[in-house]
Amino acid sequence: MSNLLNISSSPHVRDKSSTKSIMWDVFLALMPATIFGIYNFSVRAKDINAVLLIVVCIATCVLTEYIWQKAMKLPLTVSDGSAALTGLLLALNLSSTFPVWMAILGSVFAILIVKQLFGGLGQNFMNPALGARCFLMVSFAGQMTSFTYDGVTGATPLAMIKNGSGDPQLIDMFLGTIGGTIGETSTLALLIGAAYLLYRKIISWKIPVCYIVTFAVFALLFGGHGADMGYLAKELCGGGLILGAFFMATDYVTSPITPKGQIVFGILLGILTGVFRIFGASAEGVSYAIIICNLLVPLIERVTIPVPFGKEGIKDGK
Amino acid sequence: MSQATFRGGVHPYEGKELSSELPIKTVMPKGDLIFPMAQHIGAPAAPVVAKGDKVLVGQKIGEASGFISANICSSVSGTVKAVEPRMLLNGSTATCVVIENDGEYTGIDGLGQDRDYTKLSNDEIREIVKEAGIVGMGGAGFPTNVKLAPKQPDQIDYVLVNGAECEPYLTSDYRQMLECPEEIVGGLKVILKLFDKAKGLICIEDNKPEAIAKMEAAVSGENRIAVKVLKTKYPQGGERTLISAATGRKIYSAKLPADAGCIVDNISTVIAIYRAVCKQTPLITRVMTLTGDAFQTPVNVDVRLGCSHAELVEEGGGFKQNPAKIISGGPMMGFAMFDLNVPVTKTSSSILAMTEDEVAQNEPTPCIRCGRCVTVCPGNLVPQKMAEAAMNNDYDTFVSLNGMECYECGSCTYACPAKRPLTQTFKQARQHVAAQRRKK
Repeated sequence: MSNLLNISSSPHVRDKSSTKSIMWDVFLALMPATIFGIYNFSVRAKDINAVLLIVVCIATCVLTEYIWQKAMKLPLTVSDGSAALTGLLLALNLSSTFPVWMAILGSVFAILIVKQLFGGLGQNFMNPALGARCFLMVSFAGQMTSFTYDGVTGATPLAMIKNGSGDPQLIDMFLGTIGGTIGETSTLALLIGAAYLLYRKIISWKIPVCYIVTFAVFALLFGGHGADMGYLAKELCGGGLILGAFFMATDYVTSPITPKGQIVFGILLGILTGVFRIFGASAEGVSYAIIICNLLVPLIERVTIPVPFGKEGIKDGK
Repeated sequence: MSQATFRGGVHPYEGKELSSELPIKTVMPKGDLIFPMAQHIGAPAAPVVAKGDKVLVGQKIGEASGFISANICSSVSGTVKAVEPRMLLNGSTATCVVIENDGEYTGIDGLGQDRDYTKLSNDEIREIVKEAGIVGMGGAGFPTNVKLAPKQPDQIDYVLVNGAECEPYLTSDYRQMLECPEEIVGGLKVILKLFDKAKGLICIEDNKPEAIAKMEAAVSGENRIAVKVLKTKYPQGGERTLISAATGRKIYSAKLPADAGCIVDNISTVIAIYRAVCKQTPLITRVMTLTGDAFQTPVNVDVRLGCSHAELVEEGGGFKQNPAKIISGGPMMGFAMFDLNVPVTKTSSSILAMTEDEVAQNEPTPCIRCGRCVTVCPGNLVPQKMAEAAMNNDYDTFVSLNGMECYECGSCTYACPAKRPLTQTFKQARQHVAAQRRKK
């Protein structure tokens, strides 16, 4: 035989899934919430700004990554979809009336500061979209917390519940026909996407379920509404909890890789979100809870390395 | 019904339909036969023939040279042409006995004749297995007589016959279950004679219903033998996963199956035991699968050991197009060959010729920490962290992450969406750590 044969270490076959296919699966899973957000804030309100924010955030994130990698002579990775996903997630976390130039700033921050400066894909210690959201929150608090729904500027449902200024209907909060950020309002649309991710085994149940259950228990114990299930349901549907639990806390890079670590991570998120929402100044707490827990991931992983097969119950570890 | 299995694992494309319906064809070698003295785990055998000697089929040509070592027997009759270093499958060279086949197949006295194993003592059986040069034919090549002599024979509760054949493409064990079930049962009965308390379990994955039916029919009436159906999942046929699925017991790297009261032998090995003990035939043949999309006509063959791979390829009708990669063994743990002019050994299970190399087609990209490697690892390890440590040559961390518990099944690498060569880094790190430990 004259032709050369390929040589490599085993295994010689590979699964079909790739980083790219996973990113696009998450992108697809966000589509119900995105489309609903566009309907809710652009179509109904006849205001193009929400659509513009989504497009601009995605474009800026992709472009920032492209320019950075070109300038630094790094391999181009924009086709893997991770930058586009960051842009979409950031847009979904913004108020529909948020100024576009600020969103551009946030997108650049997400990709350049949070992601690329720390080594790019897989190396960032904090969720880029949430890092940018918190950056915008401290920079432009007014614009970030100004919500308009159907032309009326008002508080978010969670803020109304917290300061007693109103009583939002649970059905509106579930369907999403209510004020809030572009992507967070419709629990239903988010759950459809979450179901897809779970079905495709892109995410496991551990982080979102532990997060939501822990938060629910915390809210029941310390929420000050006793066993009021209506209050609890609104706390669960309101704000960024569902978006955060299924789409942001499950971010691979910034969540623990160990199964036990994911459970610990979920519980910590639930407690922190509870503390921020109930005892904090703001009615929201999901973003801060997630980025703080992102920072704890290395510590969580350190103490949750699983026991190898067959060594269960063996103490010395040797 | 949910079948017995283990946590983790993967489901690669099986590819078994290429050869599963093809009966085993006996192949006679044409060229010289090459017998490497090192084709098992342990010390290489010492040649006991010299250039010019006449040898017979079944004659010992290499003598076990230590406790963990194995005899080598000639698979043909003829003349010793040389005793010299030759290249092996993995590219290394080792002393080989080269025999020119006279085509007569004249056997040693008693070759192929019946022998009643019930009249033999246990020590005699172990001695016959040792003399026959039988080693684990599933791939490890561990001397079987050593396996059959655990420190506490009365502690053995199970003899597991590994018919899982979880590697994709391979069908040699499957065909043997269909075509010679009585030899498998016969071999198992010989082993069970050594272990009074033990129960024999023939373990088969549930993607082989015909083999399950055949073996169930063959064991009906045997009160110490049963068929255990396992879920189809790679690496179900790994020693640790097999024991756990079949018996619920677990072992780790520092333990032998015997520590969990188990003896595990591959289908081919059990047949070899039967032939050695009941038919006075040492280990001189084995069944291989010649398959993959590059073969003109895939086939299962019964091959004389020592035959060249290049010669065997013709049995598969040659290649219909140039293969990109040729693998000895299955696609998950097999070895990529770079030259076909190497001999078939006791552990050669297949020639898998593929027109596409999925490894070369997929460039590694950065790890996204998706955790699929953790999910699929049957050893309950964290391959992502182990790989990080191994690539940084941080062997202490690698060991503290239980890296030495890895048995290189390849599931993590298969599942990795970033196409990272995890298993490769573990092999390198494990070799390094093992070498360091030997130095101490």
